[in-house]
Amino acid sequence: MKPARTSALRLGLVSCSACHLLSRKPQALDHGITYCPRCGEELHQRKPNSIARTWALVIAAMVFYIPANVLPMTITSAVGTVSADTIMSGVIYFMQHGSWEIALVIFTASVFVPFLKFIILIYLLLAVQFKLVKQPKDLTRLYRFTEAIGRWSMLDIYVVTILVALVKLGFLADIEAGPAALYFALVVVTTMVAAESFDPRLIWDVVGEKHE
Amino acid sequence: MHRIACHECDLVHDIPPMPARATARCVRCNAVLFRAQANSIDRTLAWTFAGLVLYVVAVSFPFLAMKNGPIFNETGLLTGIQLLFEQGIIPLATLVFLTCVLIPLIQMLGLLYIFVPLKLNVRVQYAMPVFRLFKHVKPWSMMEIYMLGILVSIVKLGKMATIIPGLAVIAFGLLIFVLNFALASVDSHMVWERLEGGS
Repeated sequence: MKPARTSALRLGLVSCSACHLLSRKPQALDHGITYCPRCGEELHQRKPNSIARTWALVIAAMVFYIPANVLPMTITSAVGTVSADTIMSGVIYFMQHGSWEIALVIFTASVFVPFLKFIILIYLLLAVQFKLVKQPKDLTRLYRFTEAIGRWSMLDIYVVTILVALVKLGFLADIEAGPAALYFALVVVTTMVAAESFDPRLIWDVVGEKHE
Repeated sequence: MHRIACHECDLVHDIPPMPARATARCVRCNAVLFRAQANSIDRTLAWTFAGLVLYVVAVSFPFLAMKNGPIFNETGLLTGIQLLFEQGIIPLATLVFLTCVLIPLIQMLGLLYIFVPLKLNVRVQYAMPVFRLFKHVKPWSMMEIYMLGILVSIVKLGKMATIIPGLAVIAFGLLIFVLNFALASVDSHMVWERLEGGS
């Protein structure tokens, strides 16, 4: 494999995000929408408004993260008593009742992973915006990592769904989804879309500019 | 020889014809550019058909049952989603339905729509938009996380009642692997070239 050692951007080529066809950059690309000559996907040299869009989504996710953690995730009513559980109170419950593995799994998926994604995405955004890229390979790896872990935050949403299904009316207890579940789902979706909106090629563009 | 740019760092590579099962990686950022597959069409079709059978079982048979003395409560994969709907938490119900029920089905039907005509050497309309859709939905298929959710729920309710896994859970668990094998057998580069060049 002999690399041309140049980016498609500098060669005046554009790579299709769906079928990866490399085509000559059309004149109209800077002015309006153009489509891949092979598969018809919208062509972009870089993901459109990548930085602004990622910032907006990260900030939105951080806002949703607060009610997701403060409000109750599940509301359990058993023989006259009603108890509301937040994510953290669930984690603490498991720790006190000996299932520390489950406590760890829930804490990692629901509290730690979203938090880590905020930190990494903000770090990547700042690195690209202020052109402070020293180790582009490490930053790309960090990006791949955030892209891969985000989906695991869905765990608690699924647990709520399964609990609601299993413990329904007719039983001694009844579990309902609390308001935090919706905010939490929004956190997961917005952070996933945020990671998808960030274009890792921007990291390498910074390095490319410096070498010129 | 064909030319492609790395989707993660934009470096241009000239790639010679690759032997089956070889992986091309970007020399600069190490991203996987693509993997050439042996018998991509046959293997993808075989796994997809197996997946569809498992899917039907996972959706239609009892998923989990909960037993507590005389009370016996049996649920299906769709029960929780339906109950969330009834509680008025529609966005949440929709999200679970999409990520664990609808998108895996779209993935499998999409694969059939692309690969059956390729196998039979015929052309179908909208093959390219379907394959593009197939690529876009991939990150939103989350069955393996649902499976972990089941484990957590079993531990959570373990003190209240006995949880009995049904046939559908087993099918669902197997489907996670089978669908992943199907996806791993897809040789995207070959598919795009064949869709472009005609059969």
